[in-house]
Amino acid sequence: MGAIGSVLSSSMLLYIVRRILWGAFLLVVVSALTFLIFTVFPSADPAALRAGRQATPELIAQIRHNLGLDKPLYVQYWLFAKGIVLHFDLGYSYQNSVSVRSQIFTRLPVTLSLTAGAFVIWMIVAIPIGVISAIRRRSLLDRATMGAALVAISAPVYFLGLVALFLFSNDIGVIHLLPGAGSYTPLSESPWRWFTSLLMPWCVLAAAFAAFYARMVRGNLIDTMGEDYIRTARAKGLSERRVVGRHGLRAALTPVVTMAGLDIGILLGGAILTETVFNIPGIGRYAYDSIINSDLPAIEGTVLFGAFFIIAANIFVDILYAFLDPRVRY
Amino acid sequence: MPLLEVRDLHVSFETRDGTVRAVDGVSLAVDRGRTLGVVGESGSGKSVTALTVMGLTRLPNATISGEVLLDGVDLLGLTGDDLRRVRGKRVAMIFQDPLSSLHPLYTIGWQIVEAIQAHERVSEKAARARALEGLREVGIPNAPDRLSSYPHELSGGMRQRVMIAMALVLDPEILIADEPTTALDVTVQAQILDLVRELQAEHGTAVVLITHDLGVIAETADEVAVMYAGRVAELGPLTGVIDGAEHPYTWGLLQSLPSAESSRSEPLHPIEGSPPSLISVPSGCPFHPRCPYAMEVCPREVPGLLPTTPGHAVACHLPVSTRRAIGSEVRSQEAWA
Repeated sequence: MGAIGSVLSSSMLLYIVRRILWGAFLLVVVSALTFLIFTVFPSADPAALRAGRQATPELIAQIRHNLGLDKPLYVQYWLFAKGIVLHFDLGYSYQNSVSVRSQIFTRLPVTLSLTAGAFVIWMIVAIPIGVISAIRRRSLLDRATMGAALVAISAPVYFLGLVALFLFSNDIGVIHLLPGAGSYTPLSESPWRWFTSLLMPWCVLAAAFAAFYARMVRGNLIDTMGEDYIRTARAKGLSERRVVGRHGLRAALTPVVTMAGLDIGILLGGAILTETVFNIPGIGRYAYDSIINSDLPAIEGTVLFGAFFIIAANIFVDILYAFLDPRVRY
Repeated sequence: MPLLEVRDLHVSFETRDGTVRAVDGVSLAVDRGRTLGVVGESGSGKSVTALTVMGLTRLPNATISGEVLLDGVDLLGLTGDDLRRVRGKRVAMIFQDPLSSLHPLYTIGWQIVEAIQAHERVSEKAARARALEGLREVGIPNAPDRLSSYPHELSGGMRQRVMIAMALVLDPEILIADEPTTALDVTVQAQILDLVRELQAEHGTAVVLITHDLGVIAETADEVAVMYAGRVAELGPLTGVIDGAEHPYTWGLLQSLPSAESSRSEPLHPIEGSPPSLISVPSGCPFHPRCPYAMEVCPREVPGLLPTTPGHAVACHLPVSTRRAIGSEVRSQEAWA
């Protein structure tokens, strides 16, 4: 029996089905909660916002009726839920009547670009630093990188992002190096401009993750290098390089990979701060705008998408774990 | 010249609580095809001695001095590839807990193949064939299937057999077994010891068997070293040390063994007190605080490991005649002789 065959046993499939059903239930709960929070603590009256400054009460009432806001809450939620389940219809923005689904799908590649690039950067930075710090524990390099990591973890994205813009953007920067905020260009339009416009957001988003992951890799590898099987590997006459690379890292990176899966899931739901600071038209920016505009369908849509990615990442990571660690069976 | 000779080995570790003197002047030797049994309580320095032979105690906080001669070459001076070529190839080691000593994420076949390919330029296929042969030799049923098993899928005894197969697959001159049966069921212990003995006879391997169990030693060893607080208390041929024990600590170990003849109601005789801290080892003879025969000289002077009969050496201040008198008395009281 092959490795895949033994991992994808029938009990595993059953487990996956159970997880998917549970995930669907969670999405219902999340959407209901979002709905409830919005209606119980509204940030503003959506109808009044839509009506503009010189709105008459009649106009507002008319808008309220058009948006269906005069119906009882449970009816509103029922119509909303029915739309999603039957037509995968997330409704239309209160603000500009644009389909939320189409908005999210046009913005998804943007968020995907941001997440993927940041992920590549943070892993490329974190793994070598973590490994070297673990091997040269308590060395100057270890102390310096771990100190820097602590700073990077503590620095909020909006702070780092603004500093980066003030330093390097070609409009307000000290050095006119990279395109500044609002310069996002789709990959299909110009790969080079796509790359340069995202470079700063990637680095800013990756900074905290790189720091966190470097510390995690370091900690895991230090723990792993104390294991008995590392002693066995050395006693077998393997080179230290192989002991660390094949025996230490293999075990130390397993939890890192699963953690990364979860983080990617979270980021795909929208890197709100980064997208806002750099004015990148992704899902995070959309979520931010929809909250500002009290745009319930857009809020529901982005929240549901975020929850979906987190749930999907969780299931994916659980399946992945069974492949990475033969001891894990469901 | 013995195959492996440890001369005046000292190993200490700097810790936050102070300097741990794990090994304090140990000299041992083992010849081709022979078995040296090293016995002592935990913290007696027996494992650290073995690990130091393999170069596995070279931590930043460790200080190591003395000599570990393999065919006259000092292993303590070897580094890099020179050390790597000895490990696993000429001196192999198996450990106490086979589950934690095998990598949990690689198959058994992969791990044995890796051991072969670390030392010999052979194809994956040839290495796999030898791994299979090795598994068969240690009596693992369904060996071809087991090659693709993971350690957690095997029983404890089978795992230790895998460790032995992996250690012996390159036909090393010396096998160091550090408490190889401690983590196993009693019934499996005997099987593993028999297996080691069998393979040793077949391959002419020298074995260093480290254990806290004098019963295991009595069944397996040719020579015995009794260790206490990082030093050798008594060293000699099996019969000399078991039947003619002259060190009070060895007596204590022998008396604490239950015997087949002693009735169940008869209490065991543990050695009073507990092993000393290796940070503040008692002055003089380290055993004196627990020794029922301690004399005025014992806390003052460290006893040398001096020969009493040919091949048998004891580190004790008691006069030889007194030791022999007490020894035969102790023996007559107990049924272990």
